[in-house]
Amino acid sequence: MIALATVVLAGPFAALALLGVLPPLRRSGRPAGYVSILGIGTSLVAAVALALAYRAEPATATWETLWAPLGGQGGIRFGLLVDGLSVAMLAVVALVAFVVQVYSLGYMSSEKPGSLGRYYAYHSLFAFAMLGLVAAHNTLQTYVFWELVGLGSYLLIGFWYEKPEASRAAMKAFWTTRLGDVGFAAGVVFLWAAGGTFAFTDLFAEANAGTLSGTFLTLGVAGLFVGAMGKSAQFPLHIWLPDAMEGPTPVSALIHAATMVAAGVYLMVRVSPLLAHTPAVAAWVLGLGAFTALLSATMALTARDVKRVLAYSTVSQLGYMMAAVGAGASVAAFFHLTTHAFFKGLLFLAAGSLIHAVHSNDLFDMGRLWRRMPLTGIYFLVGSLALSGVFPFAGFFSKDEILLDLWREGHALAFWTLVVTAGMTAFYMFRAFFLAFFGARDGSEHAHESPAVMTVPMGILAVLALAGGVFGPAISDWLGRSASALPHAAAAAEHGGGSGAVPMLGSAAALAGILLAWLGYQRRAFRPEAVAAAVSPITAAIERRWFVDDVFLGLYRAFYLALGTVVGWLDRYVIDGVVNFLTAITWGLAGRLRRVQTGRVQDALYAVAIGLVLLALLAMGL
Amino acid sequence: MTLERLLLLSFVVFSIGLYGVLARRHVIALLLSIELMFNAVNLAILSVAWAHGWLTGVILVLFGIAVTVAEVAVGLSLFLLAERVRGTTAADDLSTLEG
Repeated sequence: MIALATVVLAGPFAALALLGVLPPLRRSGRPAGYVSILGIGTSLVAAVALALAYRAEPATATWETLWAPLGGQGGIRFGLLVDGLSVAMLAVVALVAFVVQVYSLGYMSSEKPGSLGRYYAYHSLFAFAMLGLVAAHNTLQTYVFWELVGLGSYLLIGFWYEKPEASRAAMKAFWTTRLGDVGFAAGVVFLWAAGGTFAFTDLFAEANAGTLSGTFLTLGVAGLFVGAMGKSAQFPLHIWLPDAMEGPTPVSALIHAATMVAAGVYLMVRVSPLLAHTPAVAAWVLGLGAFTALLSATMALTARDVKRVLAYSTVSQLGYMMAAVGAGASVAAFFHLTTHAFFKGLLFLAAGSLIHAVHSNDLFDMGRLWRRMPLTGIYFLVGSLALSGVFPFAGFFSKDEILLDLWREGHALAFWTLVVTAGMTAFYMFRAFFLAFFGARDGSEHAHESPAVMTVPMGILAVLALAGGVFGPAISDWLGRSASALPHAAAAAEHGGGSGAVPMLGSAAALAGILLAWLGYQRRAFRPEAVAAAVSPITAAIERRWFVDDVFLGLYRAFYLALGTVVGWLDRYVIDGVVNFLTAITWGLAGRLRRVQTGRVQDALYAVAIGLVLLALLAMGL
Repeated sequence: MTLERLLLLSFVVFSIGLYGVLARRHVIALLLSIELMFNAVNLAILSVAWAHGWLTGVILVLFGIAVTVAEVAVGLSLFLLAERVRGTTAADDLSTLEG
C-alpha cells in the first residue's frame, strides 16, 4: 500500500524534476508534454492499483519518518496516510489530472514549444503537490502541500502572463487564498497547542477520547476552515475563483473545478472527527456553505462568459459540499466532490472545446453548434444533466444524498436553500447549453469538432459523469473505514432512507429549472431580458457580484492604504529620523576627532613618548 | 665604574636621543637621534651583562648592532626616495597620513 502510494507521488515528481533540470527537454514542447503525461499516467496506474488493493483488503496504512526533531515533544513527522479517504481521492485526482493533461495536448497545440514545456512543468508540479496534499499524514505536511498547490494554481492562472488580466487574476487568487492560509497556519498551531501533535490519527484519537482542550480545538478547527474557505472559494473569499478563469481552460477544469478547489472540502472531510466535537464551527460551515451555494448560483444566472458560468457553478457546488460537511454528512460531501470532479471537469473541457472552436468565451457569440460539434454537444449535455442532478446521472445520487442528510439532520433552512439552488443550477446550465448549441444566432460558420486528443478525454469523463453514481456505496464504505470516519455515521446510514419525498423534491427543482431555461432560451415563450429588467435592482447587484469585490476594495482603500500611509510616515520620519540623528552625531564627533591625526611623524612620536613616561610612572608605582 | 653609573649614562644618552627625535625636523637628524637611543639600549644591556658576567647579553648586542647597520641602510634609502619623489627631507612635510 505505502509503496504504491509512493509511486503515485513519485510519478509527477519525477516528471517535474526532469522538466526542471533539463531545460532543452522543457523547451522542446510536445516531448515535455509526453514526459509529464507519462508521469501522471504512472500515478494513475498506481492509484488505480492502490484502490483495487484497498478494495481487496481495506486497511489503513501509515508511514512516517522524523523530519524535524522538537526537543522532547516527538518532533515534526513527515509521512503518508493511506486510508479509504485518501485512496479514493488519489484515484480521482490522478484520473482527472491525466485526462486534462492529455486534453491539453490538443487545446494548447498552438502554443510555442517553450511555453508548452513550461505549461507541462507547472502541471507536474501541481499534480505532485495535490497528490501530496491528499496523502499527507499530518496537518503541517498538509499545509506545506497546500501552499505548493496554491503556487501551482498561481503559476497556471498567470500562464499567459503577457495578458495583464491574467497576471492580475493570478495575484488575486494567490492573495485571497493566502488570506485563508493565515487561518490555516493558525489552525495548525492551535491544534498542536490543543493536542500536542500534528498527526491526524493522533488528533482524532485524542478528540474521541475527549482529551483535547475545548477552546484550542475550536480555534484550531475554525482556523482550518478559514483556510478551506480560501481554497474552496467560500463566501467571502470566493472572489478569486471567477477571475481565475483567465487561465487556460484545461487548467480551470483541473485546478479550479475538479481538484484544488475541492482540497478545502477534502480537508474538512479529513478533519470531520474534529468537526464533530466543535458544533459551533460546524454550524458556521453549514451556514456559510449553504449561503455560498445560493449566492454564487445567482451570479451564474446572468454571466455571459461560459467559463464564468461554470466558475460560479463550481463555487456553488463547493458550497453544497461545505454545507454537507457542516451537517456532519462528510460521506455525502466527499461523494459529491468525486462526482463533481467528473462532471465539472467534463463541462470545463467541453467549454474549452467550444472556446477552441469559436475563439470566444462569450455565450452570445456561440449558437447552433449542435450540428457542427455533436460530440462536444453531447458531452456538455451529459455534464449539465449530471450537474443539475437528473436521474440517473452521477450528480443525482450525490446531490440527493446531501439533501437527504440535511433533511435527516433537521437543517430545514439549509435544505430549502440548497433545493432552490438546485433549481437555479439546472436553469443556468441549460441556459448556457441552449445558448451555445441552439439559439437563434449562428455565430460560428467555421466552427468544427475538436480533434480526438480532446474528445477522447472528454469521453472518459462523460462516462464517469453518467455512471459515477455507482461509486456511492463504495465511498460510503471506504470512508466508514478511514481514519476520518465519524463514529455515528455508519449507524446513521444503516437506518437511513429518510423520506422518499426528498429525492423527488431535488429532481423536481432540477426539472423545473431545465424547463424554465428551455422556455426562455429555446422556445422564447418569455423574454428572459424582460424578467431581468423587471427585477433590475437584483440584476444590478448580480452584475456587481453582490458588491463583495467592492467591499474588499473599500476595505483595502480604507484600512490597508490608511495603515500603509501611517506606517510609511512612521518609517520615513520616526525610524529614519532616529537613524539620521545618530548618523549626524557620529559624523560631527568624527569630524572633530580626525584632527588628532596630523600626519606628522613627530606628533605620533610625542604620543609614544608620553605613553612611555606614563608607563614608567606606573611601573614606579605612582 | 659601577652598574648604576653605567645605567645612568645609558638613561642620559637615551633621553638625548628622545629629545632629538622629538625636536629635530630634518629626517637625517631624526635617524641619528634614533641611533643614539638604540645605542643607549645596547649600552644598558651590555652593562647588565658585564655586571653579571653573562656572555649572552654581549652576543645579543652584537646582533643588535648588525641589525642597526641594516636599518640605517634602509632608512637612508627611504630618505633618498622621499627626496626624489616628494622633493623634501623635512619631516613636517611628509604628512600624507593626516586625518
